[in-house]
Amino acid sequence: MSVIVQARGVVKEFAAGDERLRVLHGIDLDVRAGELMLVVGPSGCGKTTLISILAGILSATEGAVRVGGRDLAGLSSGALAAFRRETVGFIFQQYNLLPSLTAAENAAVPLVARGERLSHAEKRARAMLERLGMGPHASKQPRQLSGGQMQRVAIARALVHDPAFIVCDEPTAALDAASGRTAMELLSDAARSPGRAVVVVTHDPRIYGFADRLAMMEDGRVTDVLDDPDSIRKLVH
Amino acid sequence: MGAIAWRMLTGDRAKYLGLVFGVAFAVMLMTQQASIFVGLMLRTAAQVIDVTDADLWVMDPRIIYVEETEPLPESALWRVRSVPGVDWATPFFKALSVARAPDGRLQQVFVLGVDDATLAGAPPRMLEGSVEDLRRPGAVVIDRVGALFIWPENGTEEKGAPRPSDIGRTLEMADRRATIVGTAEASAPFTTFPVVYTRYSEALRFAPPPRKPLSYILVRAKPGEDHAALAARIEAETGLKALTWRGFAWETIRYYLQRTGIPINFGITVVLGFVIGAAVVGQTFTIFVLENLRQFGALKAMGVANGTILRMVLLQGAAIGVLGFAIGIGMAAAFFEITSRTNVDLRGFFLVWQVAAGAAVAVALIILGSALLAIRRALVLDPAVVFRS
Ligand SMILES: Nc1ncnc2c1ncn2[C@@H]1O[C@H](COP(=O)(O)OP(=O)(O)OP(=O)(O)O)[C@@H](O)[C@H]1O
Ligand SMILES: [Mg+2]
Repeated sequence: MSVIVQARGVVKEFAAGDERLRVLHGIDLDVRAGELMLVVGPSGCGKTTLISILAGILSATEGAVRVGGRDLAGLSSGALAAFRRETVGFIFQQYNLLPSLTAAENAAVPLVARGERLSHAEKRARAMLERLGMGPHASKQPRQLSGGQMQRVAIARALVHDPAFIVCDEPTAALDAASGRTAMELLSDAARSPGRAVVVVTHDPRIYGFADRLAMMEDGRVTDVLDDPDSIRKLVH
Repeated sequence: MGAIAWRMLTGDRAKYLGLVFGVAFAVMLMTQQASIFVGLMLRTAAQVIDVTDADLWVMDPRIIYVEETEPLPESALWRVRSVPGVDWATPFFKALSVARAPDGRLQQVFVLGVDDATLAGAPPRMLEGSVEDLRRPGAVVIDRVGALFIWPENGTEEKGAPRPSDIGRTLEMADRRATIVGTAEASAPFTTFPVVYTRYSEALRFAPPPRKPLSYILVRAKPGEDHAALAARIEAETGLKALTWRGFAWETIRYYLQRTGIPINFGITVVLGFVIGAAVVGQTFTIFVLENLRQFGALKAMGVANGTILRMVLLQGAAIGVLGFAIGIGMAAAFFEITSRTNVDLRGFFLVWQVAAGAAVAVALIILGSALLAIRRALVLDPAVVFRS
């Protein structure tokens, strides 16, 4: 099975006053095509920092990151932005939808960012919303939608440009159990596509069952990667 | 991403209208106040501006503004006429007098005496009657609003009914009877006194008799003659002071600016109008950008480049600025259009295009400034912040 995301010896340091705070201590991780990987661990262990580096939002202090065969080291900020436009789909805990745009316009943003005309992009976005069961809400603004519906718009936005890599930071934290399940079902469906991988950072044990593999982090290190459903299920209890 | 920027702006109708009208209000405040100020300053030079026949004004060297007359000897007229380049030169009389209406009402008036032979200096915009009627003995032309001051009971245009003619009414000035033969539109003088036009020889009898009667000499240059050069030549050859009408108008305005407190006080109001307007525009737009900072962060995370973000904000600023400016200018123009018709005290005030242009530049600079200031935070924004709740 091919590897979409490959991290080798990734170290991240932040400047904290005169000191340098090391947050990631040499991470090795592969995310394979067609899989949904969960990343779990205590608060502050570096999960968000890790996926930010994998998605090309932050640069690693040391180590190598390859995504979709592309080496992220040494890319300029403009090249990184282009990489994110082409290759990455984002889902945030706070949805981060543009409040004055409709659901369809919001979902169309990644296409427009790649140079498509809004009217054309919006048609494709509507089709995507339709597939996610959001067809009837495509013309509504975010404030007219529930949290679960907003997150589905965000998922449509992450999928609309067919990216190879989708990153989600706590996508279910603000959702009730049923909406959380729906969101995860959609994400796990999305991961089934052969050229794509999905990484989900979560604190929510209710969704562990959706993981193909589950990476456990502690204090800036990946301590274990579980890949059999039984041991993942044991973690929940 | 221009379309997205546009939708970010217009998607929230209430906020969008709030922004546009914030700018519109500011523009209206700036242009209306500044235009009234300019209009007020022009009023100080009203009588210079109204004499459209003259290229140059010649006067006693001690005169520094039009209200202060320092009469010349009659011989000055001949000396000016003999300067090469002078096409014609005519006497112009200006004095304050008191007019008494037949019912005993008293009113201070400006008496302007124009050349008996040519009527040079007569009002250019006659509403009723003809300038030529001034040739009749005791004839005067009065300005429209001045007549309203003296005979208010005859109604104003406000009440809709056409005002009965003023022709044939009589006034008494310096114990002599004057008959009104016409009304004219005159620029409102700073003091708002009525303006009474008559011939030079009549004027001498309608005002307290001066020691020397010649207030000003109006000069027309020969065709092709450079006005400034001719003024210098007249000054050199006669020892009198000669100014182009523009120069005299400016000297008069400058006098009021420097010597009286009114322009200073009003100037402060104008400056305040500009400052408040600028603050409103800057504030509204800065808040708009800052409110969207998180959205811009999310767009950056999704791969929208900094240059694109910058263009989006500038587009939003331009849209608000252009629309707000258009509406604000429209409101200011409507204000002057309505007040100049319904309120005699505000007649002659208009939207000065230089003020409108100044406001346009001000709005553009303020929006550009606040856009760049606010967007700086989005440009240095670490896109990773959007992952934090
Ligand atoms: N820009 C930064 N500058 C300095 N320190 C940072 C910065 N970003 C993160 N950190 C620190 O790095 C560590 C890891 O942060 P990170 O957000 O990756 O943790 P996390 O595992 O996502 O935590 P949580 O579960 O609470 O979201 C924390 O101690 C945090 O304070
Ligand atoms: Mg986190």
